Amino acid sequence: MDFATLIQILDSTVRLATPLLFACLAGLFSERAGVFDIGLEGKMLASAFLAGSVAAVTGSVWLGVLAGIFASLLLSGVHGLASITFRGNQLISGVAINFLASGLTVLLGQKWFGLGGRTPALTGEGRFEAITLPFADAIAPLPIIGPIYAELISGHSVLVYLAIACVPASAWLLYRTRFGLRLRAVGENPAAVDTAGVSVIGIRYSAVAICGVLCGLAGAYLALGLAAGFGKEMTAGRGFIALAALIFAKWRPWYALGATMLFGFLEAVGNRFPSIDLGLFAIPSQFVQALPYIITVVILAGFIGKARPPSAGGEPYVKER
Amino acid sequence: MTAMPKWADAILVPLISLLIAFVISGLVILAIGEDPVAAMKLMITGALGSTYGWGYTLYYATNFIFTGLAVSVAFQAGLFNIGGEGQATLGGLGVALACLFVPWPHWSLALIGAAGMAALFGAAWAAIPAYLQAKRGSHVVITTIMFNYIAAALMIYVLVTVLRPAGAMDTASARFDPALKLPRLGDILGLVGIPFNNRNPANISLLIAFVACVGVWLLMWRTRLGYQLRAFGKSEKASVYAGINPVRITMYAMLISGGLSGMMAINTVMGEAQRLLLNSVEGAGFIGIAVALMGRSHPVGVLLAAILFGFLYQGGAELALWTTIPRELIIVIQALVILFTGAMDNMVRKPVESLFLLLRKGKA
Repeated sequence: MDFATLIQILDSTVRLATPLLFACLAGLFSERAGVFDIGLEGKMLASAFLAGSVAAVTGSVWLGVLAGIFASLLLSGVHGLASITFRGNQLISGVAINFLASGLTVLLGQKWFGLGGRTPALTGEGRFEAITLPFADAIAPLPIIGPIYAELISGHSVLVYLAIACVPASAWLLYRTRFGLRLRAVGENPAAVDTAGVSVIGIRYSAVAICGVLCGLAGAYLALGLAAGFGKEMTAGRGFIALAALIFAKWRPWYALGATMLFGFLEAVGNRFPSIDLGLFAIPSQFVQALPYIITVVILAGFIGKARPPSAGGEPYVKER
Repeated sequence: MTAMPKWADAILVPLISLLIAFVISGLVILAIGEDPVAAMKLMITGALGSTYGWGYTLYYATNFIFTGLAVSVAFQAGLFNIGGEGQATLGGLGVALACLFVPWPHWSLALIGAAGMAALFGAAWAAIPAYLQAKRGSHVVITTIMFNYIAAALMIYVLVTVLRPAGAMDTASARFDPALKLPRLGDILGLVGIPFNNRNPANISLLIAFVACVGVWLLMWRTRLGYQLRAFGKSEKASVYAGINPVRITMYAMLISGGLSGMMAINTVMGEAQRLLLNSVEGAGFIGIAVALMGRSHPVGVLLAAILFGFLYQGGAELALWTTIPRELIIVIQALVILFTGAMDNMVRKPVESLFLLLRKGKA
């Protein structure tokens, strides 16, 4: 494998990791506040659909993004209502949200566009354009640094840079602000937060809302950045890979960047090489595709470091009377 | 003392939740510009108006009985087995191996062998998540989700590179020996003189599903193991204090659950397709969740809920055929049923409880 191929693979790694990173950070906020969210997949799908539809109709990519965030927030609201207000089972609520998104996107897509669940292909203003960073053309001819800067770092859409900027922003919000401290405390020991006079319900709803916004960005990027329009079931399990990355990252923002980049890399390699020939035997592409899931199981098994979820995760908070 | 009589808890609350789910589904149909009443009529005539429709309804219901029972057994033990899809996929592999490579003298023996292999493969696929939950404390929900995806990848690999006959274009195994064809429901009912359409895939697996319902009921409410499973599900701490081994119970619950999911494959793989197809499960593993929630994890409830979902499935197929409503409507209905009977249960339960309390106060 030569240098140019490596740069290409890394370039597509960054693009494929972006939706995973948004979704992983989304899950991070929700789960750190004690609300398990296996509905990331559904929220991404709903967002991708509405973003694709609105961008196709209005021709504006930013209206598309807003619509995507709206769709995702709506489902977050359902999840919040079920798991915070009605103290239902958060996992079951997540499953319901995934199905709801999976069914409604096709139903509405067929009704609106009649393309069997797809939205019309986006062109021009309806899609995110690649941003060329300053001096990219000037540096490009240089050996090694040139391709790295011009192809790998420069030339992505704005959401890619936003996703990466979200990592330090999330770390700052979680570890350097009062809100972040309270959010983490709500996920570990809600009773203590309640005793301190802070609303557990309020913090949890805010966390679920942040999760909704980030999932919305993930979905919008899928439909408007990675692809040109929405396709039926286009998330293709990315919500669950993000969930896997979240566990791999031990619920920490910087680790989340590493985990999603790794999983993005695996996907990029799988796309580039259908099967990897190691001389003695060939690794089938299906194995590479399943690798994120296998890695997650191995991590969960505690063989590579122990991943400890937030203590109060999954449990509705009931105020003592 | 509980606030509600037992019948309200077991029947009234799920029925109200179901009603809400259906009303919202009706609104969804209205929103996409179709008539919900006409749609309902079409679904009823399509799924229940003929023995042909009934055949399909019962064929789908057979799948959902198995997966619904699977989710129920795990639920009773306090575990959420979301991996029915993967376990049923592996069950299909077990059935295919049994049917392709063993020279069975008769279909009945083949059925027993295939069912055993299906249960074995399904249980094996549940065993690793179960072990990790029991021994290493990794959450069974996450691991079973991961195992669904691993199963899907494994199935593609097996069908593309191992089981696909040389020269065949589609990703499917070779056809089974025609002698292994299972008797259709029409044949069986014909023996006792009931005329029943034979051009539908309902087959003898339905009877095995009934047997499984009885078996699960006996297991859960008439054996020591069942008692332990339920006690463990009600309160893990109390059951451990009472001397119940949590590792053993978690393993048993998940193995039984995986085995039941796997057995679904005798209906789809052996009863219908007669060969292993790429996506033979078609989401039935997930519908098991809705079925178990609606059926309150009781075999009788599961049976009724499975028939309801069988009706929805067949009715939905008819809708997709005769109207512009896509099949995905069923997924929406399924989502709403899971949401209202599962996650938002308290939304209905609390007001009903207060109502009963009010009534009781009025009497006293």
